[in-house]
Amino acid sequence: MSTAVLVALLVAAGVYLLLQRGLVRVTFGFVLLGHAANVLLLGAGGMDRRDPPLLADGSSAQAADPLPQAFALTAIVIAFGITVYLLALAGNGGERDAPPSDAEPSASGGAPRTGTPGGAPDGDPAGDPSAGAVAGPMTVPVAGPVGDPSADAVGTTPTGAAPTGPTTGREHA
Amino acid sequence: MNDWLPAVLWLPLLVAAATVAARRSTTAQRVLALGTHGAVVVLGVTLVVATRDGAVLVEQVAGWPGGVSIPFAVDVFAALMITVTSLLVLVTSTFAVGTRDDDDPYFHALVLVLSGGVYGAFATADLFNLFVMIEVALVPSYVLLTRSGRLPQLGAGRVYLTVNLLVSTILLSGVGLVYATAGTVNLGELAGAAQGSVAVALAGGVVLVALGAKAALVPVHSWLPRSYPFASVAVTALLSGLLTKIGVYWIFRLYAVMFGGDERLHTAWLWVLGATMVVGVLGALGESGMRAILSFHMTSQVGYILLGIGFFGPLGLAAGIFYLLHHIIVKAALFLACGAIEHRAGTGRLSELGGAARHSPWLALVFLGSALSLVGIPPFSGFVAKLTLIRAAVLETEYVVAGLAVVVSLFTLLSMLKIWNGAFWGGDPEPAREAALVPGAAENLPDVTDPTSDVLRRRGADVVPDPLRVPWRLVLPGAALTLLSLSIGLGADVLLGLAQTAADGLVDPSRYVEAVTR
Repeated sequence: MSTAVLVALLVAAGVYLLLQRGLVRVTFGFVLLGHAANVLLLGAGGMDRRDPPLLADGSSAQAADPLPQAFALTAIVIAFGITVYLLALAGNGGERDAPPSDAEPSASGGAPRTGTPGGAPDGDPAGDPSAGAVAGPMTVPVAGPVGDPSADAVGTTPTGAAPTGPTTGREHA
Repeated sequence: MNDWLPAVLWLPLLVAAATVAARRSTTAQRVLALGTHGAVVVLGVTLVVATRDGAVLVEQVAGWPGGVSIPFAVDVFAALMITVTSLLVLVTSTFAVGTRDDDDPYFHALVLVLSGGVYGAFATADLFNLFVMIEVALVPSYVLLTRSGRLPQLGAGRVYLTVNLLVSTILLSGVGLVYATAGTVNLGELAGAAQGSVAVALAGGVVLVALGAKAALVPVHSWLPRSYPFASVAVTALLSGLLTKIGVYWIFRLYAVMFGGDERLHTAWLWVLGATMVVGVLGALGESGMRAILSFHMTSQVGYILLGIGFFGPLGLAAGIFYLLHHIIVKAALFLACGAIEHRAGTGRLSELGGAARHSPWLALVFLGSALSLVGIPPFSGFVAKLTLIRAAVLETEYVVAGLAVVVSLFTLLSMLKIWNGAFWGGDPEPAREAALVPGAAENLPDVTDPTSDVLRRRGADVVPDPLRVPWRLVLPGAALTLLSLSIGLGADVLLGLAQTAADGLVDPSRYVEAVTR
């Protein structure tokens, strides 16, 4: 019973955090959800339905079911790795980038983006594609190790509003 | 032979480590990675040959007895999936070499780990191991999605990551619940368990919901068209054929073995799948980017593939399996054809494209072939797939579903025409200078408008007279897949026979169950 209550509390708190805007909060939400899943796994065990696989010393009533422990251990390792990756994303500008409002890769610059409230009140022009376009394609790219800098610089140029600056004389078509 | 089953997992992982060690030499990485993908294709074909009569190969890893060990089990369905997905990985990796995606020194390592996880997920016969394999495949896909592509990739990567993480947590909880109720997560021991007990059926239902979200079924589909189009073109093509297909494959497998194809749920399945077909294709019609259209189509096609579950007869399942294999090939061909244009033109918006059929007629042929195959026009594989499916629907007297399949095909044709009219037909796009801004597209381009420039006369200068022309190295991978679709369509008997064997193994999984638990 207490296991069920604990899982319910963890899931409730985790879901609440998941629905927040900031990526760090989302990360903590996943940490809590992962804990909930692990508690659930441990609660799923029981020696009453199995014999000890190797040695039959002692009574199986005193033993813990080893399988859920192995499950939880594996799940913890995976969750740990992904948490680190999420935090790395949050630290490298993932926080600033609003989820795409439209499923068109190159529409990002032209279409108005949904705002980035909450944890991202910065006015860094490099974080905003449309602002980057005004400054031209030479704007300093945002994401240090994440993504190729040159690709970012081009990506900030919206296809809808082509740069009006000096042309490179490379128009062939 | 059985000793080599786990090789589908350890071989790519091992070589992934080797490519990281060899990151100073792109050539060495390419040889290692493409060689491994080729080796897995050979292994997959060998497995298909070994299981074509319905045999099930099982490796009880580390020699533990059945029920204690974590088995790898491959029947003809799994062998076919391994073969087709490894072929897809090989082709898209070749394409990625052409687009220079592998300038990223970790690209090949990530693809190898991803592919290893996918093959492992097809080969495993243990639910918890399935969760681990899905994670092994997902983690590199997170990195690929956020590292490749353009600026919006962080937002898209975030949608992809959070949704998949949530779904994985649900999957893990479902596996825990299955263990709590049934006392095992070995698929062989779970055979028919959900039919005997409501609690086990509910626990299995949690797993099925998680798998459905991975497969992008309506109403849990919207993460896919919001994330896939934002990766680089090669990565989109790669992901299109791998990750959602784990979900599809395991829905087939789990529903067949654990639920015994329970008939009481068929109507529910048909509603979900019908909605998936319709919503996916209507969503595709509303999009204006090439890859966004194709991504929505994936959702629609998953509806077709899983219709076999809704009928759960030998013919329906065979049609679904055939459709699944055909779909992986054709969808990747379409992504590669559209991706080649997008890579060259620097945009995937149809309003800013045009005239590709004049610039690269062979690429247009590749797109046309695979688009017709997707719609279901003979002699391509899509025709056989849809015909068999509709025949199965009529046999089961599900006339509404049969009609829906035909109507959705018509809409599929409409959205393919939309891409064709927007990108291939017509004149050149207006802002042609976009092409010059794409890295790689114009880096070697001489300034031919400047008469004083002697760059054209410079020895060894890579003169590209037409910047929108797609080079052969980007056309051929898609062409190979389209030709494969054509040859499957012409010689459908072979694959249809194998799909029939696989379907029989799902309708009566006793051979699989016996082999896994032995």
